[in-house]
Amino acid sequence: MSGLNINAVTKKFGNFAAVDNVQLNVPHGTFVCLLGPSGCGKTTLLRMIAGLEEPTSGAVVLDGEDITPLPTHKRNLGMVFQSLALFPHLSVGDNIAYALRIRGASKEEQKKRVDELLTLIHLPGFAARPVTQLSGGQRQRVAIARALALSPKLFLLDEPLSALDAKLREAMQVELRQLQQRLGITTIVVTHDQREAMTMADLVVVMGHGRILQAAPPIEIYRKPADAFVADFIGITNLLPAEVDSAGRTTILGTTIPGLAMPEGLTRASVSIRPEDVHLGKPGGSAITGSVSFVRDLGGTIETFVEAAGTTIVAVATPRERPDVSVGAKVGITLPPESCVVLGS
Amino acid sequence: MRREAPRSLADYTPLFFPGLMLVVFFVVPFSTMIAVSFFKRNPSGFYTPDFVIDNYARFLSAFFGGVLGFSLMLAVLVAIGCVCIGFPFTYLLTRRSRRVQTLWLVGLLSVLSLSEVIIGFAWSTLFSRTAGITNLLVTIGLMDKPVALLPTFGAVLTGMVYQALPYTVLVLYPALVRLDPTLTEAARTLGASPVKAFFNVVAPALRNTIVATLIMVFVFALGSYLLPQILGRPQHWTLSVLITDQAIYQSNMPFAAAMAVFLVLISLALVGMTLLVGRRENAL
Repeated sequence: MSGLNINAVTKKFGNFAAVDNVQLNVPHGTFVCLLGPSGCGKTTLLRMIAGLEEPTSGAVVLDGEDITPLPTHKRNLGMVFQSLALFPHLSVGDNIAYALRIRGASKEEQKKRVDELLTLIHLPGFAARPVTQLSGGQRQRVAIARALALSPKLFLLDEPLSALDAKLREAMQVELRQLQQRLGITTIVVTHDQREAMTMADLVVVMGHGRILQAAPPIEIYRKPADAFVADFIGITNLLPAEVDSAGRTTILGTTIPGLAMPEGLTRASVSIRPEDVHLGKPGGSAITGSVSFVRDLGGTIETFVEAAGTTIVAVATPRERPDVSVGAKVGITLPPESCVVLGS
Repeated sequence: MRREAPRSLADYTPLFFPGLMLVVFFVVPFSTMIAVSFFKRNPSGFYTPDFVIDNYARFLSAFFGGVLGFSLMLAVLVAIGCVCIGFPFTYLLTRRSRRVQTLWLVGLLSVLSLSEVIIGFAWSTLFSRTAGITNLLVTIGLMDKPVALLPTFGAVLTGMVYQALPYTVLVLYPALVRLDPTLTEAARTLGASPVKAFFNVVAPALRNTIVATLIMVFVFALGSYLLPQILGRPQHWTLSVLITDQAIYQSNMPFAAAMAVFLVLISLALVGMTLLVGRRENAL
C-alpha cells in the first residue's frame, strides 16, 4: 500500500507513555498536521517516523516496507527542525548540497540541484551567502530546500514556523502548502497552532495525552469535533450543557431548542456551537435571554460576550450584520440546531 | 551586561590590590629575569651586572636549536593527542545523562589534584618491566615475557597526554554542551551516518574551539620539565629541563634567564594567536 502507515506505535519513557498505541494511515501525497498542546506526544511521534526515536512497540511502514528497523540515514526522508539546524560553518549552497555531497554527487550535479532548489524557494543567487547572514524567513526556506534536496519520499517538519513573527508565519504557511502541492510529496507537520493546521493540511490529526483524538479534514474537525477537547482546541467554541426534559425536548440553559435532537438514551450532554453560528436578536420568543457583558470590536469582526444563566456565550459577527448592542443590553440568543454539535456528557 | 565606564579615580580602587600583587609577584620578578638575561656570568660566583647578548647568541647553536625543536614537536604531538582523544570523548560525554556527566567530570578533575611527580612515578611503575602493564599482557598470553616500556619517547608522550587531558576536556566541554544536538540529527536525516555526521558537522562547526584548545595544550606542554626526565632519556629532555639544569646545577643564571625569556616569548606569541582565534569566533 502506497503512503505511510503507523501501526499501533507506542513510545514509553519509563512508565510514561508519550505516544500510546497510535494508528494512522497517510495516503501518498497527503499533507498531515499533527496538532495538539505541548506534551501531547506529537513531536515524539514525528521523531519515531524519522527514526530519531525508537518505538517501544509497533511499526512504521512506508510504501509497504517496514522501516522501523532502519536507521535515520537510510530512510530517505527530509526533515526541518524547530531550531532549523542549519550548519553554521557552511554557506547556503553547501547546506542545501550536503545530502548530495554525502552521496558523492558530482560538483556540477550539486550546483544544478542547488540552483533548482534556490529558485523553488525564491532565493536565487543566494548560494554563496553564509547562513549566519540570512533573515529568519530566509533561513526557514533554506532549511526547507536542504530537506528537499534528495526528493525524499517523506517530508517532516517539527514546528517549522514557530520562530517567525505572526505576519511572516502566515505567509510561509501559504508558501509551504503551495510548495507541497506542486511537489506532491507526503508531508507531516507538527504544530500547536490550529490556524496553521487549518491553512495547510489535508488531514488534521488532533492529539492529546499520547493518543489520536480525531483525524479528519480540517473543515470536518472544525464543524464536527469528536469531543469537547477537540472542539475547544480548534478555534473558539461555546460549550453549553444540554438536557432532555420530561417532555422529551432538548433544552439549553433552560430554554427549549426546537429541532435539536439528542442521541437515543442520552439525557445530559455538552453541545458545541461556534461563535459565528450564534445569532443575537431581540429578547423573547424561543431565544435564550442574556445580557451583554463585553464587546470586542476588532474592525473586521465583532465579538459579543453575553451572560446567560451564569454562562458566557460568545457570538461573532461581521460589521455588516452588526448586532446593535452595547454592554448591559438585554439580547435574545438563537442557536440554530443544525449548527449545534452534541458531544456526549 | 553593560556597565558604566569608571569615571573618577575612586572608581578604580578595587583594582589597586590585584594590581599591586601583579606588580610585586609578576612584573618585578619577570623584569629581573629579563635584566639578568643580559648580565655577564661570573664563574666563581653568580653574575655581574652588564649588558651582553652572549647568552642569546649561545642559544643559537645546533644543540639548543635541536632541544627547542624537540620541545616544540613534543608539545605539538601532546596537543594533537589530547584533542584526538579529548574531543570525541567529550562529545560522547555530553550526550549522556547529567548524572553520568557529573561522575566523569569529577573523576577527570581528581586527576588535576595529582602532582606531576605522582603522575610521573605512577606511569614509570606502569611502564616498568617488573610491575608494569606488560605483565598483564603476558598473563593473558599476548606477550612472551614482560619488557620495560621506558625510558622511551612513547612513555614521555603518554604521561604528558595523560596530564593534559583533563584540561582539554574542561576547555572543550562548554562548547560541546552548547552545541545544538539537532545539528547531528539534521545530518542524519540527510543521509549521514552518525560517524560521518560527527566528522562533517560537529568537528567543523567547532573548528575554532578545537584550534584554541590545541594552542592551550601546546603552551601547557611546552612548560613540562619533570615528566621527560622521569619517563624519557636525555635526548627527550625539553628546553624547560635545560633551563632548570643551567639555573640550578650549572649556576649559569644569565643563560637560564635568556632561555626562559625566549620560551616566554614563544608562549606569548601563541597565546596571542589564541586570542585572535577567539575574536574571530565571537565575530561570527
